[in-house]
Amino acid sequence: MTAFGKLIRTTAFRLTLAYLFLFALFAASLLGYFAWNTRRLITEQITSTVNAETGEIGDIFGRRGLRGLVFTIENRALRPGANLYLVTTPTGQAIAGNVGSLGPGVMATAGWSETAYRRLDEQDNADHRALVRVSELSGGFRLLIGRDLEERKRLFGIVVKAAQWSLLVVVVLGLGGGVFVARRVLRRIDAITGTTQRIMAGDLSGRLPVGRSGDELDRLAENLNAMLERIEALMTGLKEVSDNIAHDLKTPLTRLRNRAEEALAKAGSEVEYRHALERTIEESDGLIRTFNALLMIARAESGQARGNMDDFDAAEVANGIQELYEPLAEEDGMRLRVETVPTPLHGNRELISQALANLVENAIKYGKPAPSAQPLSAGASVGMDSREILIEARREGDQVLLSVTDHGPGIPESDRKHAVERFVRLEASRTQPGSGLGLSLASAVATLHGGELRLADAHPGLTAILAIPAATGVTERIAAKTPDVAQKVA
Amino acid sequence: MSATDPQMRLLIIEDDRESADYLAKAFREVGYVADLAADGEEGLALAESGDYDVLVVDRMLPKRDGLSLIGALREKGNRTPVLILSALGQVDDRIKGLRAGGDDYLPKPYSFAELLARVEVLSRRHGGPAEETTYRVGDLELDRLSHRVTRGKEELTLQPREFRLLEYLMKHAGQVVTRTMLLENVWDYHFDPQTNVIDVHISRLRSKIDKGFDRPLLHTIRGAGYMIRDGIR
Repeated sequence: MTAFGKLIRTTAFRLTLAYLFLFALFAASLLGYFAWNTRRLITEQITSTVNAETGEIGDIFGRRGLRGLVFTIENRALRPGANLYLVTTPTGQAIAGNVGSLGPGVMATAGWSETAYRRLDEQDNADHRALVRVSELSGGFRLLIGRDLEERKRLFGIVVKAAQWSLLVVVVLGLGGGVFVARRVLRRIDAITGTTQRIMAGDLSGRLPVGRSGDELDRLAENLNAMLERIEALMTGLKEVSDNIAHDLKTPLTRLRNRAEEALAKAGSEVEYRHALERTIEESDGLIRTFNALLMIARAESGQARGNMDDFDAAEVANGIQELYEPLAEEDGMRLRVETVPTPLHGNRELISQALANLVENAIKYGKPAPSAQPLSAGASVGMDSREILIEARREGDQVLLSVTDHGPGIPESDRKHAVERFVRLEASRTQPGSGLGLSLASAVATLHGGELRLADAHPGLTAILAIPAATGVTERIAAKTPDVAQKVA
Repeated sequence: MSATDPQMRLLIIEDDRESADYLAKAFREVGYVADLAADGEEGLALAESGDYDVLVVDRMLPKRDGLSLIGALREKGNRTPVLILSALGQVDDRIKGLRAGGDDYLPKPYSFAELLARVEVLSRRHGGPAEETTYRVGDLELDRLSHRVTRGKEELTLQPREFRLLEYLMKHAGQVVTRTMLLENVWDYHFDPQTNVIDVHISRLRSKIDKGFDRPLLHTIRGAGYMIRDGIR
């Protein structure tokens, strides 16, 4: 497509054409109205002047007879820019006035008419027109008084000319403006198109140019940029995830393979083979767990697990998890304490239990107080407290909070956001077993329920909080989304 | 780990030839009669005609999927226990499977020990005696009504959850019970804890019922789970 073709195809240009047509029409009708009114005004003026003079001269004729009439007419006819005057005898002979010739039959009929005429003193054959009134005087004399229409014609001409010029200006300015606006828009659209093509070609870091005017194109560009931002973040996330999957699944797979190879290569005793096989099974179980956790996160994040939501008490979940993990914590030298108030919640009980279980497992694994962190002067009670993990279920505002607090080293604020990401095991804990998916899963579960996972400082230690919108809100939200679930709940 | 006489009859409906053969072989080795069906229609026909103790049904099958097969079977009044195998291991899939009429659900990949333990429990439940009010294993006695547990002449004090754990183990005395089975049936959780949380509960229970007695009753079965039984075979 040629540049011109592209230009005249733009919406801006087409709109300009439409407006141009409308403006021209408007200007034409305005000028037309003006011309028509001017004409009417001039005609009115002529008629009233002529009427007044006819009456005046009729009076003079009545008072001073023919002599007075002729005298007055001759007198007036000689004035510069005079009206047209003609007095005829009953036989039709002109006796006074400044009219040389008239259209045929004008003098025969009394009243108003428009006619071509020539003045007495004019030699040329120029065609003039006049508006005249013929009136009958007593004794068969006829009086014609009229006025040249040249003025009216000239004025009309001016108006027509003005109309022509203004139309020309409107068209030129309109087209010019249209081209200007269209090119401006086209340039910006071309810039946007260029960027999108670059992005489509794979360069996700490209952003659309945003002007400072804040107009609709800028707003569009801003929104598209926000969208690109999100896409880029998702793509980066995806890439990180696949890298991490590659790492966290390939590493144990490699170990598994190596172990099998080693067992095969070294012809050992049955016990050794058995041992190698057992290790292989253990390793593959770990892989399966990682895989399951990943699938679970993916499902929670995509919102597929929205089914199976029901009403339950978050306090029961907290107590259940405490009961399940208490012996394990005790074996690790920790204590699990639970503090709950009845907290109705609507959600997927299994997933929330699992999320809380993950938080508790993390607290048991990583929440042991660092030996150096214990001040020497602090008594035994502090030492005991610092080995306590607190599970809480409570309501705060319109949110249900399920939290797990330990008094371990905690997570530095700068690392907290990072810690929720998939597969992240903070350096300090790399040596501990685990898939590194616990917090991500808890976070995905919270997100599924319209809430979030918060990590806070427990001075010292870490508080991990599952903050989930309370029952009513969730119920309504779910009901609006999936009617069948709402029925089940009801 | 053997099926009790007369021989247990098992139908495995699984379209993957290799896993089906592996399962059949493994079940035959522990004394089962195992038949195979490779698709949903064949499986349904066999299940209807044969007298099986347990059906092991893959969820995704050619011709007729596992859930619709179970539905058709149940509609005709066939109550044979069904264990569903599925690559879809998520909680809601499990619930779907159980709603469709399945009795147990095992996500792939599974260990044979886990499958065997579950099949044993299912077959026992199907043909076993009515639920007793008192379970006895050796000199260990559990009264389900009064919640009293005694070993020999000694009365044992158990926490409520320990009682339920022991109750489940004794109900399936002589059978292997896996960790996931315990988590599902005693705690009603269907997720997989990353740590050995069940083992700790078991060792606590063990310290209460076995400690100080010369014959241990609660045994750890390597690679599978736990079993409560009298004496060592």
